Amino acid sequence: MALKIVKGSIDRMFDKNLQDLVRGIRNHKDDEAKYISTCIDEIKQELKQDNIAVKANAVCKLTYLQMLGYDVSWAAFNIVEVMSSSKFTYKRIGYLAASQCFHESTDVIMLTTNQIRKDLSSPNQYDTGVALTGLSCFVTPDLARDLANDIMTLMSHTKPYIRKKAVLIMYKVFLKYPESLRPAFPRLKEKLEDPDPGVQSAAVNVICELARRNPKNYLSLAPLFFKLMTSSTNNWVLIKIIKLFGALTPLEPRLGKKLIEPLTNLIHSTSAMSLLYECVNTVIAVLISLSSGMPNHSASIQLCVQKLRILIEDSDQNLKYLGLLAMSKILKTHPKSVQSHKDLILQCLDDKDESIRLRALDLLYGMVSKKNLMEIVKKLMLHVDKAEGTTYRDELLTKIIDICSQSNYQYITNFEWYISILVELTRLEGTRHGHLIASQMLDVAIRVKAIRVFAVAQMATLLDNAHLLTGNMQRNGICEVLYAAAWICGEFSEHLENPMQTLEAMLRPKVATLPGHIQAVYVQNAAKLFATVLKSQEGNTDGTVTQDTSQLMIERLPVFVQSANLEVQERASCILQLVKYIQKLQQKDVEVAEEVSALFAGELNPVAPKAQKKVPVPEGLDLDTWINEPPSESESEDEQPKAIFTKEEPKHSRARHTEVDEKELARRREARKQEQANNPFYIKSSPSSQKVYQETPGVDHIPVIQIDLTVPLKVPGLPMSDQYVKLEEERRQKERAEKKKKDKKKRKEKRSGRGKKHDSGPESEEDITPAHMVDIVTEEMPENALPSDDDEKDPNDPHKALDIDLDKPLADSEKIPVRSHRAAEAAKSPVEDRDADGIATQLPKKKHGKEKREEKKKKDKDRERKKSKDEKKKKKHKSEEKDGDLLGAEVDEPVVQSEEPSQASEPPTSNSAEVSDLDFWLSNAPVPSNIQEVPKVAAAEAASAAEVISGGAQDSEPDEPKDAEMEATKPSKHKKKKQKKEKEDKEKKKKKHHHYHHHSDGVGEESVQNGTVEEEEEPLPSMSNYCLLAENSYIKMVYDIQGNLQDGSQVVVSVIFENKCDSFLKSMEFNVLDSLNSKLQRPEGSGPHDSLAVPFQLPPGVSNEARYVFTVQSIVMPQKLKGTLTFIVKTEESSTHEKLDFKLHFTCTSYLITTPCYSDAFAKLLESADLKSSSVRLEGVNMPFHHLLARICFHHHFSVVERIDSCASMYSRSIQGHHVCLLVKTSGQTVSIDAKCDEPMLLGNVLDEIKQTFSQC
Amino acid sequence: MIKAILMFNNHGKPRLSKFYEHYTKDTEQQIIRETFHLVSKRDENVCNFLEGGMLIGGSDYKLIYRHYATLYFVFCVDSSESELGILDLIQVFVETLDKCFENVCELDLIFHVDKVHNILAEMVMGGMVLETNMNEIITQVDAQNKMEKSEAGIAGAPARAVSAVKNMKLPEMPRNINIGDINIKVPNLPSFK
Repeated sequence: MALKIVKGSIDRMFDKNLQDLVRGIRNHKDDEAKYISTCIDEIKQELKQDNIAVKANAVCKLTYLQMLGYDVSWAAFNIVEVMSSSKFTYKRIGYLAASQCFHESTDVIMLTTNQIRKDLSSPNQYDTGVALTGLSCFVTPDLARDLANDIMTLMSHTKPYIRKKAVLIMYKVFLKYPESLRPAFPRLKEKLEDPDPGVQSAAVNVICELARRNPKNYLSLAPLFFKLMTSSTNNWVLIKIIKLFGALTPLEPRLGKKLIEPLTNLIHSTSAMSLLYECVNTVIAVLISLSSGMPNHSASIQLCVQKLRILIEDSDQNLKYLGLLAMSKILKTHPKSVQSHKDLILQCLDDKDESIRLRALDLLYGMVSKKNLMEIVKKLMLHVDKAEGTTYRDELLTKIIDICSQSNYQYITNFEWYISILVELTRLEGTRHGHLIASQMLDVAIRVKAIRVFAVAQMATLLDNAHLLTGNMQRNGICEVLYAAAWICGEFSEHLENPMQTLEAMLRPKVATLPGHIQAVYVQNAAKLFATVLKSQEGNTDGTVTQDTSQLMIERLPVFVQSANLEVQERASCILQLVKYIQKLQQKDVEVAEEVSALFAGELNPVAPKAQKKVPVPEGLDLDTWINEPPSESESEDEQPKAIFTKEEPKHSRARHTEVDEKELARRREARKQEQANNPFYIKSSPSSQKVYQETPGVDHIPVIQIDLTVPLKVPGLPMSDQYVKLEEERRQKERAEKKKKDKKKRKEKRSGRGKKHDSGPESEEDITPAHMVDIVTEEMPENALPSDDDEKDPNDPHKALDIDLDKPLADSEKIPVRSHRAAEAAKSPVEDRDADGIATQLPKKKHGKEKREEKKKKDKDRERKKSKDEKKKKKHKSEEKDGDLLGAEVDEPVVQSEEPSQASEPPTSNSAEVSDLDFWLSNAPVPSNIQEVPKVAAAEAASAAEVISGGAQDSEPDEPKDAEMEATKPSKHKKKKQKKEKEDKEKKKKKHHHYHHHSDGVGEESVQNGTVEEEEEPLPSMSNYCLLAENSYIKMVYDIQGNLQDGSQVVVSVIFENKCDSFLKSMEFNVLDSLNSKLQRPEGSGPHDSLAVPFQLPPGVSNEARYVFTVQSIVMPQKLKGTLTFIVKTEESSTHEKLDFKLHFTCTSYLITTPCYSDAFAKLLESADLKSSSVRLEGVNMPFHHLLARICFHHHFSVVERIDSCASMYSRSIQGHHVCLLVKTSGQTVSIDAKCDEPMLLGNVLDEIKQTFSQC
Repeated sequence: MIKAILMFNNHGKPRLSKFYEHYTKDTEQQIIRETFHLVSKRDENVCNFLEGGMLIGGSDYKLIYRHYATLYFVFCVDSSESELGILDLIQVFVETLDKCFENVCELDLIFHVDKVHNILAEMVMGGMVLETNMNEIITQVDAQNKMEKSEAGIAGAPARAVSAVKNMKLPEMPRNINIGDINIKVPNLPSFK
């Protein structure tokens, strides 16, 4: 054996290793390809050997060759072999090769599943790490599905090195297997608070990537991220979070308000430019999302603009670039503040760096106004002249056109000027954008009727001088403008001064060298001109002109008849015959002009580009039904052995099927294009022939010879654009003068002196009147076009599948399938053992959850509401059966794993329900950590926190300081105010020490507890959900019940214990008598009647909160649970055992969870037929409508969907997913509530509870 | 997301290519060529960001690059990455290479492209930034190299000897193209950490 190894390694000495290969390639510079092909032959030999070291060496070399562009896909199987080596050295080589060469269509990938799983659970962390790294590059939907659970387990690995890799790779898994997102999300969220900064950063990274594509699903994480932002010091994490907030703010303006302050602080304090830049960026996003007109925010804008100016003025080109980039974002909403930096931006246009010049150009786009458009364009035209390199010049050209044509030519006051600019732009040699200029010319000429006379004159001159433009036709995109010129001259020929001359110009023999599609337009429009000439000569008894024209046509057209271009040929021969016929008629002195011009009669109207798409589908037309019977697919299926494949899970396959279809379609389209391109008989769309010419590489390098065109183009009658600038200036001055006169007159009349400000200020936009009254024809749209704007969504975007509601509780069917081997195999396979060990050691909780579930199942049978459960079970059985039939040894069993219940069963730790109650967080200024830490901090603090909840809500005005943390940074002015307020608060506290649990009657206090009610018109009375549980002379308990978002069968009861006496309370034990329906969750190992210890002691006068999780079966009925609290009262001398009985009242309301709902979704929900309706009337309700809504929102966990005057629709969802919809109307003191829900009993009870709430007040 | 990481020298010879999205090998080569074409014609003192590149990306993507002596390091990223952050990441990458290879030069990277890949794998995974702390990266890389050495053990000795002999023969191996200024610090950029 040892001999063999030695022999093997001696053999290896003479193999080429990677270094030798590289060296060899470098030494064979002349015949590199030949050398490499001999190397590849050697590698093939090496791969045939049994020695894994030799193989690994070969694979290593292949990886290098792959980088050089050689095909190594043939070695895929050998790569898998090397991957599966037990030695880390070779394994790493294998995985590296796989990550470089494998992709979704590599078929050997499916062989790797087990190997990867084995490596993932390897005791060596680097094996796992290498496998994760490799997998991240080649994960496929199948791998993702099969390994999702293994990777999820790794997210809780003991080593942070593995944890962070596992967390990161989850993003790839989500992309490939979207079903895994929901089950994995809770754990991912947990990782945001991982002790290791690397893991934390990875989690932030993944969530940011997810949220970037579907931000609205991640809004509920905002409080958590906010906390991270204020606590983290890692700039990478901060940048990611801040970027994420930038994506979230557009969805939730209230979030923006909360962010401004800490972000501004960061801007002031940070020294890292990258962080500063991202902060500025997000502040900009916030400002965009907020409606303007808030006094505070103009300061923020100023701050941003000022910081950006510093960046732009920096000598570092990178900062300059980014400054300009961010500036362009501000520009969209606050153009005024950017416009004041025009000087700086124009200066950047002269920068030597092209990237910066391009950015500056972008900014110009938004800076133009009617007033400065001409000036800016003039400057740009100068740059066009100076610019080196066609790309930048082309960019300038497109920008000029963009700037001028933006928002429907809004800023153009003088179209004659614009046409001249376009004509001047045609002088650009070698531009690619001839068609752009052409389309602008056409657009303006068609839509601005008043300009046609001028445009036609200009175009006629262009046509006359066409030979100058087309001097070097081969690579000249500019001849496209002739297309436009010819069409305009033809179509609007009635405005031509000298149609004969133009006709002559259009029929010059040189035209035949133009591209085909332009010739075609020439020919067609020559015919139009011909008609015009005939018509103008009509009535003229001397027929020589018409005769001459016909003769000209007949002489010149044959050139076109011989054209190689079909289109030209066809048109030319048609028109030639027509003209010949006309000539005959003319010779007989027949009047033909009328008939000939009838050929081209009628006005063309512009049509909006999207018009076709927006044509509504007529009623009764179903585009998806088959017109004929669909072709039967049975033929192809018959060929396959049916028995095996028919039982595949239908649920998964359907979703994927459609996707495949889309991909397939795209592929076919591509294939068709290919085929067409290769098919010489296929007529391609005409411009392509020319484009091909321009795109050939190397064209850019041909030195451009500047031909001085200025002289010939200044043909009399062709005004230069500069003239217009002067003219415009004069015109405006005149107008201004006139206006002043008028003003003076007015002032004289009024004599009030108020008018003074008129004359000194700069002229405003409205003052500038267009030179001609221009009627811009709008583009036509079909009647009742659909107002949809979703035209641009890419159906192939993988992120579309990840648009998943993450707040919905998990359904059983969604759990990630856990692999379990068949019993026979399980004992033997070491992998399996390790798997099992891993699970057992890492997550004892899991077992706990499993047991519980089993218990539940047993008891289910006795329950009234067992039906639904049974159905689920049946489903499970079905899927198990199916899996059993499959060929493979794996059985996907969706039952085993459920982390969520176990997570939620740790009562006193931070509670996700509370954190995710976004509305609550957003509307209540105090930082969430205050609320979360309630159980931990001393009771006094808790009390003050509660105080802040009600007190902090007072400042609903946006410019008031919002929370304790921000307060510290506020200028002292505010501090004083706040101090006062605190004093007041303290006084209040003294007065009513325990007020926070009751509806306090404080008049001045407002509360926006539930933020779903929009801007408040009037202060709301403060509210609290805590109600009294029990009280005696020692202790008082108040409680609140919240549904658990993660689990449909759990509610969390928060109980606040308050010590009322002067003694120390300890050894408190909380116990509830379980009913069949509701049970207190007790820790593992305790019996069903054991009591739970309250995790704290209470010194005198102190209160603290504890949370208990209850499992609930049916939620349609309210119920009461009896319970007891036992505790020891300890005084200095003695201690007594005391007891307090209570009744926990589970209202149906407590099973509802505030869930935001969009109005369109709401409407859809109402339309669905399976909702039962019910209604209730409340009499004598004497409160403003928004108070009423706020109460319903707050006490009954609803959110307002829409509110119109005295009518509002509201929505909530139960923990088990029942939808509850309300329509609340008020008139006078009567409130009527119409409600719909899919569970009538639940609805009835909720309505009763609402009624009760209002009867109490 | 980082879409691709490319390294090539002043003549456009690829020294490392890592694509985090699948392209056919021809497209990959085209991308490398195109990127080189775009990057190489830029002056020294212009900004390090570049838009465009027809093959890779689109409007959402940017090329962020740094030029060290004979080598270009190019990251193609989308808008979820911070531009300055990526610049710093490149710096971290180069500094890490410098530590791992002890005064790195182009030749090191040419002959040990596999090691470069391994270092990169500790920084960026599947297109997402995994670790930015240089010490942490070096610790992990060293630990793995140590494992590799211990695995080679006695059996690896002859091979090592041979390769040492091979290296000795070659006049090329001395670091004649040493790029001494690879350690240049980023001008005007306060340290990111």
